[in-house]
Amino acid sequence: MTTYYSEDHEWITVEGDTATVGITAHAAEQLGDIVFIEQKEEGDEFESGDEIGVIESVKAASEIYAPVDGEIIESNELLESNPAALNDNPEADAWIYKIKLTDPAQLEGLMNLAGYKTFIA
Amino acid sequence: MSRTPKRTPLYDLHCALGGKMVDFAGWEMPVQYPMGIMGEHTHCRTKAALFDVSHMGQVLLHGPDAALKLEALVPAALTQLPEGKARYTFFTNSEGGIMDDLIVANAGDHLFVVVNASMRAQDIPHMAASLDGIDVTEIFDCALIAVQGPSAAAVVSAHCPQAAEMGFMETLEAPIDGTICRLSRLGYTGEDGYEISIPEADADRIARLMLEHPDCEPAGLGARDSLRLEAGLCLYGNDITPTTSPIEAGLTWAIQKRRRTDGGFPGAARILAELADGPARKLVGIKPQGRAPARAGVEVHDMVGNALGKITSGGFGPSVAGPVAMGYVSSEHAAAGTKIQLIIRGKPQPAEVCALPFVTQNYKR
Repeated sequence: MTTYYSEDHEWITVEGDTATVGITAHAAEQLGDIVFIEQKEEGDEFESGDEIGVIESVKAASEIYAPVDGEIIESNELLESNPAALNDNPEADAWIYKIKLTDPAQLEGLMNLAGYKTFIA
Repeated sequence: MSRTPKRTPLYDLHCALGGKMVDFAGWEMPVQYPMGIMGEHTHCRTKAALFDVSHMGQVLLHGPDAALKLEALVPAALTQLPEGKARYTFFTNSEGGIMDDLIVANAGDHLFVVVNASMRAQDIPHMAASLDGIDVTEIFDCALIAVQGPSAAAVVSAHCPQAAEMGFMETLEAPIDGTICRLSRLGYTGEDGYEISIPEADADRIARLMLEHPDCEPAGLGARDSLRLEAGLCLYGNDITPTTSPIEAGLTWAIQKRRRTDGGFPGAARILAELADGPARKLVGIKPQGRAPARAGVEVHDMVGNALGKITSGGFGPSVAGPVAMGYVSSEHAAAGTKIQLIIRGKPQPAEVCALPFVTQNYKR
């Protein structure tokens, strides 16, 4: 299992041709208190860079951008009732989507943890 | 505008407290501290919060008949304002719109006026040009802090016993830790509290003194906005503008009886006509039925898709524990309980017109 990071502050953990996507702790901290998330539905297809949801904090609305091409397999239902979980545990329980990867080669364009840490430093 | 934002006398304190600084109306101000907007908001509603509002314009009006002369610019009855009392009002334009809202206090031998940060550059020349024979003096060497919340009286009176005895909208000068300050028992959060004008050299020390109280925590602009929205208080530039009248905005209460009869302020023709006949649109509270916040600019439709108006302020209300908003709708849709739709990211979301404020105001009575 390998985790990659995007410049839009998402993490993506890959197992075979499926993956889990969420926002990084750094992103959650920048957003502040999160009060709502609008998620795509199972079966929705998207390309890298597409808007695949919106996170609303007390401050503002922020789009979630797809880090790769794929299809939504599952949206995390926990976040509908408890969006604040995105502040508490964004890199574990508060994952946003399970997705099917269209083109795993795209992962090569993302950062590893060390690269992301440098990116946000 | 690429100028360097100005700093208030409390800038170093904000940094020491971990404030996240942003440029607001040309000032470098804390939007939040490590506690976060939600926590700061709740702290203000349950205990006490200290806000730096030094970016607002503090102005002294000296000269004969200052109150009478200022009445030519605002629809409040100021000649009847007793010494030691303050009143909320607004500058109106010739079309009956609002140019800014402000607080006017009768300080005895002068009037003490506080205007919005973003409108200092308009309001002060406006007063200087219009108030014949009055010295209009902008104060640049005083900070302004707001201590707000149910514990505010305890926090402030610990260092200024006179504060405990003040009534709502009363103002006086009194020493705090040896420094003469002007205290006014008012604010813009819906809670009891004070705004305190402090000489800049003493502001950092006095603010830290207030923060030593176990009930008092610093709060930033983010909490200030969610607090005033829940309290149903208008934000200039959003809810009230040069094209919205005070009657449309639900500010009729701030136009005292004599001014409603006699007029004599800019835009009186429109304002008094709307008072008599009712306005075509009204500012109302709006409660989205779902969880998605509806922010400024969101379109308001009736249940069959006709446009009614727009949200002017909206977000998440921490004390309401859900989204809250204000906006203008045509008067026939302004009754509390009216079902409406909000067009959020292209999709209609159900909402309801509701009475303001969203939370009970807890002013000192």
